[in-house]
Amino acid sequence: MTEETPKKLVELKDLQLYFNKGKANEVRAIDHVTFDIYEGEIFGLVGESGSGKTTIGRTILKLHEPTAGKILFNGEDVTHLKGKALLEFRKNAQMIFQDPQASLNGRMKVRDIIAEGIDINKLAKDRTDRDKKVQQLLKLVGLNEDHATRYPHEFSGGQRQRIGIARALAVDPQFIIADEPISALDVSIQAQVVNLMKELQKRHSLTYLFIAHDLSMVKYISDRIGVMHWGKLLEIGTADAVYNHPLHPYTKSLLSAIPVPDPEIESLRQHVEYDTTVETDGKERHMIEANPGHFVLATDEEVALYKLQQNK
Amino acid sequence: MSNPILKVENLHVNFHTYAGTVQAIRDVSFDLNKGETLAIVGESGSGKSVTTKTLMGLNAKNALIPDNSRLIFKDRNLLDLKEEEWQSVRGNEIAMIFQDPMTSLDPTMRIGMQIAEPLMKHRKMKKVAALARALELMKGVGIPNAEEHINDYPHQWSGGMRQRAVIAIALAVDPEILIADEPTTALDVTIQAQILKLMKELQKDTGSSIIFITHDLGVVAGMANRVAVMYAGKIVEYGTVDEIFFNPQHPYTWGLLNSMPTTDTKVGSLVAIPGTPPDLLEPPTGDAFASRNEYALAIDLKEEPPFFRVSDTHYAATWLLDERAPKVTPPEQIQKRWERWREIQGQEAQS
Repeated sequence: MTEETPKKLVELKDLQLYFNKGKANEVRAIDHVTFDIYEGEIFGLVGESGSGKTTIGRTILKLHEPTAGKILFNGEDVTHLKGKALLEFRKNAQMIFQDPQASLNGRMKVRDIIAEGIDINKLAKDRTDRDKKVQQLLKLVGLNEDHATRYPHEFSGGQRQRIGIARALAVDPQFIIADEPISALDVSIQAQVVNLMKELQKRHSLTYLFIAHDLSMVKYISDRIGVMHWGKLLEIGTADAVYNHPLHPYTKSLLSAIPVPDPEIESLRQHVEYDTTVETDGKERHMIEANPGHFVLATDEEVALYKLQQNK
Repeated sequence: MSNPILKVENLHVNFHTYAGTVQAIRDVSFDLNKGETLAIVGESGSGKSVTTKTLMGLNAKNALIPDNSRLIFKDRNLLDLKEEEWQSVRGNEIAMIFQDPMTSLDPTMRIGMQIAEPLMKHRKMKKVAALARALELMKGVGIPNAEEHINDYPHQWSGGMRQRAVIAIALAVDPEILIADEPTTALDVTIQAQILKLMKELQKDTGSSIIFITHDLGVVAGMANRVAVMYAGKIVEYGTVDEIFFNPQHPYTWGLLNSMPTTDTKVGSLVAIPGTPPDLLEPPTGDAFASRNEYALAIDLKEEPPFFRVSDTHYAATWLLDERAPKVTPPEQIQKRWERWREIQGQEAQS
């Protein structure tokens, strides 16, 4: 098999988003973040609340205006799109939201919720075509046709998240940003939704940005993972590398905090506290490729140290 | 040996609604031993939160509890208490840590006062003394520079710090039973690790019993001595933490364990439980889990399984344990857990 360089679908170049720029209460929500998402991959973005992971997702979809930096989609600059071009871009890039209660309009029938994107982009020839499309989508996400005439409150959390997925797929996007799509769901339902997303990704050759704080689920679904903290991207690599051979102390701390459903492992697990000085001491740090495809934000000396620790 | 501080017997809780009667708790019995942590695991709607609300006397007015239900605590049935009598139990002998530290603190009251309040009410302490004790408690739950922050309001604090304050309130009067209802679900995983560690340390110091409600089996594995798994208003399996994690018998427990990825879960091998939990307006006849259970037998649809004994401490309500039932092979992940169980048993037999 020949190694092809995978095509970059989304590229973030030195992206910055500062709220209250220049004032005393300036917040650097996104602080010089650069990474690519390849076509057909699932890119997991993890971090605690306030790390900026959600803000990145929303900025890619142009729900926030970045302070500086560039966003490329399919090689085209989409940083400052407006009007028709923006509409066209959003047809290709869709979002699945965290809270299935809040993200569906309670006064609309499921059919109209799912078809909203079809209507806006004028993708249906007539009413029967629209209904047919909605029915196909419902079936695709594991719901049935007579659900179309119901209202969101008649569904459970897992079913509502399926409606949210159907709505995102309605405009046949290439790229989907899933912002904590399973955090509000029960454990047994989480697995259902994750498996559905994975299956749809294969069948429709979708690319996902999967944003979550649950590292074990992100590890399971993602090809590559980026770790964020305080607006900065600290580490990026394949899911296996980040999870099993982490470099940055923050990643190690985060991994050590995850409870494992095994009493023997749990009795031995020690949570490693994170020392924030590696972010606050004011030294200049860059994304350095410590191992092929595995980057970490560090100084040269730190990278050497991290690699030494990794090989231990 | 076992020394139950609380006995729950045949608890039923029904709610009258416009749509009909919701049978939220359908015959739940368990003991809580002194100094232990009992985890109650289940999905939303399984009845775990209603169980704890009943233990605190906090159920809504439309809750109906039949007379044969009993909650025995210190030689009395809590269900017979009047509201005034409840007030000397609630927050005093039985205290609770709620899920969401954003909403369980009073936003208009200084945090120090909120911690001092139970001391003034239940211990009849004077305000100055209560505030002094509140300061000690704040230090005890790891709030840095407690002196500076005793007069803060909740909105000035982060979620993790607020949950520490909630724990301080619950522990202020040395409760015998502490009920923690998803105490870390709203927190980040690193903060969760700190709070769980704190709870363990405090339990070691105070010797109180904890009922820990959660849906996170990872948290259960680290916190619990014993585990009860609830489904559709019933306990379907209970045992020691090792028995539940390494020798699970109920297919629902298998499903729960399977639907969480562990470190070695391969891509595509995460097995979801199909379907959704039943509607407790009309609970199904037979085993409530049968319609989602690939191991269901014909009898599961007709008759409810009784508890079958696995060991003195381990019981499961599934017909698969009946001697007439066919032998089934559980999912691969569960087989691995069973193998580990046999190893543990072997080691114990040797020593």
